[in-house]
Amino acid sequence: MIKIKAKDVDVFYGKKQALFNISLDIEENQVTALIGPSGCGKSTFLRCLNRMNDVIDICSVKGEILINDFNINDKGCDVVRLREKIGMVFQKPNPFPKTLYENVSYGPTIHGIAQSKQEMDEIVETSLKKAALWEEVKDRLHEPGTGLSGGQQQRLCIARAISVRPEVILMDEPCSALDPIATAQIEELIDELKKEHTIIIVTHSMAQAARVSQNTGFFHLGQLIEHGSTDKIFKNPDNKKTQDYITGRFG
Amino acid sequence: MNKNKEQLLNKRYKAEQRFRLYGQSAIFMALLFLTIFIFKIFSTGYSAFQKTWLIVPVNFDAELMMLDENPTKQDIEDADYYEIALQSMWNLDPNANEDQQNQLKRMVSYFFEREIKQELLKDPNLLGKTKEVYLTASDDLDQVFKGNYPRDLPEDQRRVSDYQLKIFDQLVANGNVESKFNISFFTNADSREAELAGIASSFMGSIFSILVCLMIAFPVAVLAAIYLEEFAPKNRFTDFIEVNINNLAAVPSIVFGLLGLGVLLAIFQLPRSTPLVGGITLSLMTLPTIIIAARASLKAVPPSIREAALAMGASRMQTTMHHTVPLSMPGTLSGTIIGLAQALGETAPLILIGMVAFVNTIPGSPMDPAASLPVQIYIWAESAERGFVEKVSACIMVLLGFLIIMNLFAQIIRHKFEKKWS
Repeated sequence: MIKIKAKDVDVFYGKKQALFNISLDIEENQVTALIGPSGCGKSTFLRCLNRMNDVIDICSVKGEILINDFNINDKGCDVVRLREKIGMVFQKPNPFPKTLYENVSYGPTIHGIAQSKQEMDEIVETSLKKAALWEEVKDRLHEPGTGLSGGQQQRLCIARAISVRPEVILMDEPCSALDPIATAQIEELIDELKKEHTIIIVTHSMAQAARVSQNTGFFHLGQLIEHGSTDKIFKNPDNKKTQDYITGRFG
Repeated sequence: MNKNKEQLLNKRYKAEQRFRLYGQSAIFMALLFLTIFIFKIFSTGYSAFQKTWLIVPVNFDAELMMLDENPTKQDIEDADYYEIALQSMWNLDPNANEDQQNQLKRMVSYFFEREIKQELLKDPNLLGKTKEVYLTASDDLDQVFKGNYPRDLPEDQRRVSDYQLKIFDQLVANGNVESKFNISFFTNADSREAELAGIASSFMGSIFSILVCLMIAFPVAVLAAIYLEEFAPKNRFTDFIEVNINNLAAVPSIVFGLLGLGVLLAIFQLPRSTPLVGGITLSLMTLPTIIIAARASLKAVPPSIREAALAMGASRMQTTMHHTVPLSMPGTLSGTIIGLAQALGETAPLILIGMVAFVNTIPGSPMDPAASLPVQIYIWAESAERGFVEKVSACIMVLLGFLIIMNLFAQIIRHKFEKKWS
């Protein structure tokens, strides 16, 4: 099943074009990795999928991005409802400077998902359990989220993202600020999460892409050079540039 | 080569040492000035918190006051106290001639018969009896008693005559002169008589002005800052606005006074000399300070927090109100307090809108005429009487105390907020 269908997406920062004609299909309940050297536009593409580029005044996006056959670049698309369906985890852990509980309950609160305090407690508990953080923090839910370690903070951000049960989770280099042990925990988590969510992850680490993803797209200088199953991209790429990049000859 | 390197290293160490020395001497200088300033003010001002009283026996002679045997309260209220007041002062020297009697009368405050009246109102049974009553000494004798008045000047250059000094010294010797805490300095409004002048009117005037200023400037400035920082598109026009807000912060305060005079008083016909007009004028002055502080603290909120909230599906308004604004509040509040402290010490614009008028009533609302503390300092500093010299310093002390309390309050608020968000 194809969840997201991007067709001829161009992105401009002012007059500078950052993405050229990107067309990419994303499979449902699979992990898609976007790789490429710095500045190649993979994060920009990721931010198109939940319209986070709207925040940047000079940024304009052209082309179609269909999610469930609905074009999110249409004028009629409501970004608030879009972002409820498409969660995001950022490069640097960015919990709110509030308690753990308030962090996870923020999404359900603003979207009116929980009807009672009890229901909210359940949502917080399941979200933290799914993010593999519950056991570590269940006794200090009302302490500030900023007091956790880096890896725990990132899992808190994942718990926050899944608290509104999004269909898609976007991850922008979620492990780049973490140590190898925390990274391993997050990767394990991603594997678990793909059962219920479609995941798109931007990563600098090719090893990580190979470990966690089923599909991979390779970006270079604002163009999507090649995409396909991770196996094929890593073992038998069609394009010479892809070959050079994954073997470490540039990038 | 090696030797060269060592020399270079030595030079660097020496340069650092010199720099430390400069820094330390700069701090020393600053502290020295502050100490001199505070010492000067305290040493001149502390005596204003004491007031000199003459203890004089007063005969409450019903006949002189034109009262019956059993006067009602209203009768006591309406009675004539001037005669018995005069008599009690003249009794200090039964042999005084007319000129000396006049001098005796001027040894106490101008409205001394009121103090005698209060005594009888408190206890109507005193009628027909004699009681020792505390009378406020004249400001010149007050200064003499405090040692602020040079007694060795030739008599014709003094405002206190030799005769008055003689009588006063007798009173002191008999233990009939007393110094007590000067409550009236805090409860009286301004007066032409230095011994009666107090800061109640200007203190209330300052409080009302600051409240009006806060109520206008804070909401307007915070809304302007939030809109400019979080919602307005970044283009030439908003740049232009930003530059002009910074310009506004640099406009001399007297210009705002002219604006208040020309617009608030002349066009809108608001009541002259009132804290309402003063507060509005000061709020114009405080506005840019708060806007700049609020924008700076909004800018200091990391963008990652905004992104986190937006990515959760919060609207721009929710992101701002739930996250950015609460996080920026400590900075905004401290900026507000700094702005208000500036406004509190502002004199020039208030003089222009007429808050420099002599006000001898205590204002009950921002619509009543009032002075303000800095203007009161200005008024008193202009007065010729020696009694006002210490009052100026005392008023400065009250103003400084007011500022210190405000800053303390701001610190406490900041602390509370910061704890919550850490």
